[in-house]
Amino acid sequence: MSDMADPIYKTDALIAEDIDAYLEQHQHKSLLRFITCGSVDDGKSTLIGRLLYDSKMIFEDQLAALEADSKRVGTQGQEIDFALLVDGLAAEREQGITIDVAYRFFTTEKRKFIVADTPGHEQYTRNMVTGASTADLAVILIDARKGVLTQTRRHSYLAHLIGIRNIVLAVNKMDLVDYSQQVFDDIVADYTAFANSIGITSFVPMPISGFKGDNITANSPNTPWYTGKPLIEHLETVEVDVTADQDKPFRMAVQWVNRPNLDFRGFSGQIATGIVKAGDAIRVLPSGKTSTVSRIVTLDGDLDEAVAGQSVTLCFADEIDCSRGDVIAIADTPPEAANQFESTLVWMSDEALHVGRAYWMKLGTQMVSVTVQAPKYIVNVNTMEHLAAKTLDLNAIGVVELATDKPVVFEAYTQNRTLGGFILVDKITNNTVAAGMLHFSLRRAQNVHWQALDISRDAHANLKNQKPAVLWFTGLSGSGKSTIANLVEKKLHRMNRHTFLLDGDNVRHGLNKDLGFTEADRIENIRRVGEVAKLMADAGLIVITAFISPFRAEREMVRAMIPEGEFFEIFIDTPLAEAEKRDVKGLYKKARAGDLKNFTGIDSPYEAPEGPEIRIDTTKMDAEAAADAIIERLLGWH
Amino acid sequence: MTDKTILTHLERLEAESIHIMREVVAEAEKPVMLYSVGKDSAVMLHLARKAFYPSPPPFPLLHVDTTWKFKAMYELRNRMAQESGMELLVYQNPEAKERGINPFDHGPLHTDMWKTEGLKQALDLYGFDVAFGGARRDEEKSRAKERIFSFRTATHGWDPKNQRPELWNLYNARKKKGESIRVFPISNWTELDIWQYIHLNDIPIVPLYFSEKRPTVERDGLLLMVDDERFPLREGEEPVMRSIRFRTLGCYPLTGAVESEAKTLPEVIQEMLLTTTSERQGRVIDKDGGDASMEKKKQEGYF
Repeated sequence: MSDMADPIYKTDALIAEDIDAYLEQHQHKSLLRFITCGSVDDGKSTLIGRLLYDSKMIFEDQLAALEADSKRVGTQGQEIDFALLVDGLAAEREQGITIDVAYRFFTTEKRKFIVADTPGHEQYTRNMVTGASTADLAVILIDARKGVLTQTRRHSYLAHLIGIRNIVLAVNKMDLVDYSQQVFDDIVADYTAFANSIGITSFVPMPISGFKGDNITANSPNTPWYTGKPLIEHLETVEVDVTADQDKPFRMAVQWVNRPNLDFRGFSGQIATGIVKAGDAIRVLPSGKTSTVSRIVTLDGDLDEAVAGQSVTLCFADEIDCSRGDVIAIADTPPEAANQFESTLVWMSDEALHVGRAYWMKLGTQMVSVTVQAPKYIVNVNTMEHLAAKTLDLNAIGVVELATDKPVVFEAYTQNRTLGGFILVDKITNNTVAAGMLHFSLRRAQNVHWQALDISRDAHANLKNQKPAVLWFTGLSGSGKSTIANLVEKKLHRMNRHTFLLDGDNVRHGLNKDLGFTEADRIENIRRVGEVAKLMADAGLIVITAFISPFRAEREMVRAMIPEGEFFEIFIDTPLAEAEKRDVKGLYKKARAGDLKNFTGIDSPYEAPEGPEIRIDTTKMDAEAAADAIIERLLGWH
Repeated sequence: MTDKTILTHLERLEAESIHIMREVVAEAEKPVMLYSVGKDSAVMLHLARKAFYPSPPPFPLLHVDTTWKFKAMYELRNRMAQESGMELLVYQNPEAKERGINPFDHGPLHTDMWKTEGLKQALDLYGFDVAFGGARRDEEKSRAKERIFSFRTATHGWDPKNQRPELWNLYNARKKKGESIRVFPISNWTELDIWQYIHLNDIPIVPLYFSEKRPTVERDGLLLMVDDERFPLREGEEPVMRSIRFRTLGCYPLTGAVESEAKTLPEVIQEMLLTTTSERQGRVIDKDGGDASMEKKKQEGYF
């Protein structure tokens, strides 16, 4: 244990002698969040264990357990196996949660540290990205005996992708290569070539041994040729991102409007970039309204200024509209708003990307509906090659174009993590399925002025003396959708209503004749029908659609396009057995025989509506009665 | 440009916690803050007051009571509820009450019925969809891996293998009907951070954290305080006055004291920093069922 005589935590004496002085010193420490990357064999766990041990974050009871474990199962003979501290128990590993990010904490004289300990293997790319997203710095470990490996490249790429500017290349296990400068220099040269190729312009290389403690807390006599800082000193002094963010223009996403009474109206949020001072001229996006900051309010009294990273509440001199999702920015250099972007996406779900399907996008405090185009390419993280792909599978990283349903206030991710980083959320399962980093907008939304229509939507409807509506029929093949929809249209026509029926016959042969019956094509089919229905409703018509529309997500997508109260989801509820028994077109027979693929109900799923406006049970009601019930409900709304 | 402001670690942690609390209030239907009267709860309550000032925190406090907490805890609880202007809900599992479940006779069942079951019942009863908890990642191995937004099924189960990725400071609070979320705003704080924050902000805490002569008995390797007459003395046991304090507070028959002379916060912190055993060692609860015990409890719905 002679190597361990030099703990980082040299303030023991101060704690014992003058606790107030110690607390005063501790109180002013800053925080560095970092991530360690590299495969287990590169000595990642040993390094973290060493940092925890040297900073006295290991208690006697834990140390006793560690010493016992080291003797029993350790890989370092009679010496302490630091890796055991971090790797947890075999049982835990079997339960599968060591594949996740674990956060660990330690302190030195100058700084506090949070380490995100992430798994190394390729299948855990999403975990690595999660850990990296909150890190100020990445320590990339290399085994001196092995040099730059695929893992090294992958982790460097991911760290760079997520925007970590501070990279430490820790060439570990130097003790096993006799502290050879040649070995070190060769590895650094190798890595430099690779780093340049992916856009990493600077990194700090250092020769270390996590096991022996070389160049961890102090420069090692074993590497006299190394003139840089030891690891800890570097971690203690490197500038962190939140400080760097203060140089950028002021931006804050509004989280919550604070309104305890009529006399106070404040806007709460965490400052993303820049500095705000009382008296600053600001602009609220996307509305563009301006005012000045009258107060920066906190429980401990008003502040004169606040900086990136702080959570504050701002008051304005003027009463202007501002709510959750808006962005407050310095008035003279505000960010833009747009609705079409190019972006990198890291796919994090077992279920692949559905091109064309609507997802929720959360960016800052903005939540919008978004659809994703087929990837331009995906990146092979091992070789950095760009490959063609139709979709994104778990852990895939691709560049895509996406379109939001309303303008989003944004900046490029490289400029501003808060206004450029986003997640995608599946609308049905509510899972977080992807992380995204915006590159740029495809066209400026402020240039896409909606054609100012002299004849408004209301004008169209008023002329027809009716309220527009979309009657969206859904149900299995042969459930009776078309029959009932036809009857509804006839009856409405007799009542002098202006209607139009969209069904497979008039859409599949024309507008959508390029589409087949794969899942992606079915999604696109419904999207187009939805858009057409929306235009017709804008023209004042009562639109009736009769499509199986098997997926809940697409029906919800259409619902979101249509003004509230005008969309009627009509579930023609006929049990599969009943529809198959009727088999009007003989399709079920073909599907059962295997002659028809992707047939809903047989080898393709039907997701029944959860809360349709109207449900028709065709085993209890004939088509006439069903049509009457639907019309009654529709006109009842008028 | 003038000199940059370098935020201290506590300022960054505070800003993060406040951000988390505001996200919950903006997105949840009916949030609640679990309040256990310990030092972590004290910090949580203070952060909530900061996050929403000048409004009072827009959610109630919920104390899932076991009837076996220290008297001093009940006193502080009532005082803090009054000072913060927040509604205090106290829930005691009626079944546990009826069956007279207690830590002396019922062992692990005590925690299970009063705390785990009590919590589930209270959340269901009031229909809370998000509950703030004061767990920290430095406390225990399985907590080191838990997300800040931690999902619970309609039956309050936790699935450690199926956690949502949590990127940047973007929290996905969407959930299905019946599901709920436990949110841990002080996940990234350490024990020292908590103490220092209490010290800097002068936050009221239960006096039991400070040393005083108190009646104690030594039992099964723990130093227990005889807090009221319900403490059944075994043969030969006689309460002895010792200078003790507590590093963590729970049900008094389950919480081990440490002998100490630390009477002020700096002294308490000093003792903590010089001490050589981990914080939860004084708690019986982690030890039922070996190393994976906390993880198992969490899967069953314990906070």
